[in-house]
Amino acid sequence: MERKEWPLWEIFIRSRNGLDHKHCGSVHAPDARMALQVARDVYTRRMEGVSIWAVRAADIVASDPDAKAELFDPAEDKIYRHPTFYQLPEEVNHM
Amino acid sequence: MAAAMTQQTNAAPEHVEYVLRLADNALILGQRLSEWCGHAPVIEEDLALANISLDLVGQARLLLTHAGNLEGKGRDEDQMAFLRVERDYRNVTMMEVPNEDFGRTTLRNFLASAFQVLLWQALANSSDGELAAIAAKSLKEARYHLNHSSEWVIRLGDGTEVSHAKMQAALDYLWPYTAELFAANPTDEVIATSGVGPAWRSLEAEWEALVLPVLAEATLVVPARTPFKSYGKFGRHSEHMGHLLATMQYMQRTYPGARW
Repeated sequence: MERKEWPLWEIFIRSRNGLDHKHCGSVHAPDARMALQVARDVYTRRMEGVSIWAVRAADIVASDPDAKAELFDPAEDKIYRHPTFYQLPEEVNHM
Repeated sequence: MAAAMTQQTNAAPEHVEYVLRLADNALILGQRLSEWCGHAPVIEEDLALANISLDLVGQARLLLTHAGNLEGKGRDEDQMAFLRVERDYRNVTMMEVPNEDFGRTTLRNFLASAFQVLLWQALANSSDGELAAIAAKSLKEARYHLNHSSEWVIRLGDGTEVSHAKMQAALDYLWPYTAELFAANPTDEVIATSGVGPAWRSLEAEWEALVLPVLAEATLVVPARTPFKSYGKFGRHSEHMGHLLATMQYMQRTYPGARW
């Protein structure tokens, strides 16, 4: 018998209005509507959210972990890309 | 669980009876659903069933506390939930029959939550303020239960050959028990005229309007009504109730007054 697995869905929760949706985990569900339902039960049982996004994991385009070196390492010695060379006025706190 | 806050001794016996029916429907279905904890087909559904169970037990706690206050004999929610005898429970028989499989469990949740949505809607305007407040809270929960179970009923009914056969068997089994929801009885007539809540039979047409389209979409065939009758809400339960109560009451009967 062919074994059919439900597709994987990545779940993003907005914890409060005005904040971004944040990735919080994934669920298996047969389709989009059920994905929202199970995400509600798995991830918002303790009032963690006011909005849920479900995205088919297969639809997410991800960078190749093997390409980590060429993608990210070159930024290592480019310290001038950080805005740390500016003298900030006294009144601007917490930068 | 909290002790009874207030004592109201002037409530009509029909009023207590009516609230007990609501309470016991929630309590017994909640108890049945709790049996799924750790056994559901997938972990996502395990959580969903446990959530629904806890919603229902939460409703039962409020309703049993209220029933105890209306009754005025000083019984708190624990005594109401765990120390009554079988004949004193007022849930309809449909709530106590075994889960059997995920199909029947889901279909019962669907049939029951459709009824509860209508009931809580009507009770949100109850002349009994406490009951109206409980109804307003429970309505949101029941709407989700209905939504969740409807999605499943459609997918399983209109799914594979096996899932369809199981859902049809579940409907054939459960449908006769739904007649009890709408059976006329003196308690309901007294309650309907008092403004506390609707006679349940007045909800039948609305219930069918909610339930039948989903069953049709699920490609399930609704059986014809038969003379079969069940009497759980009058305290005459099926052979399954004693076993359920034995499990549910075990702790309080073995360690009277135990708390955690």
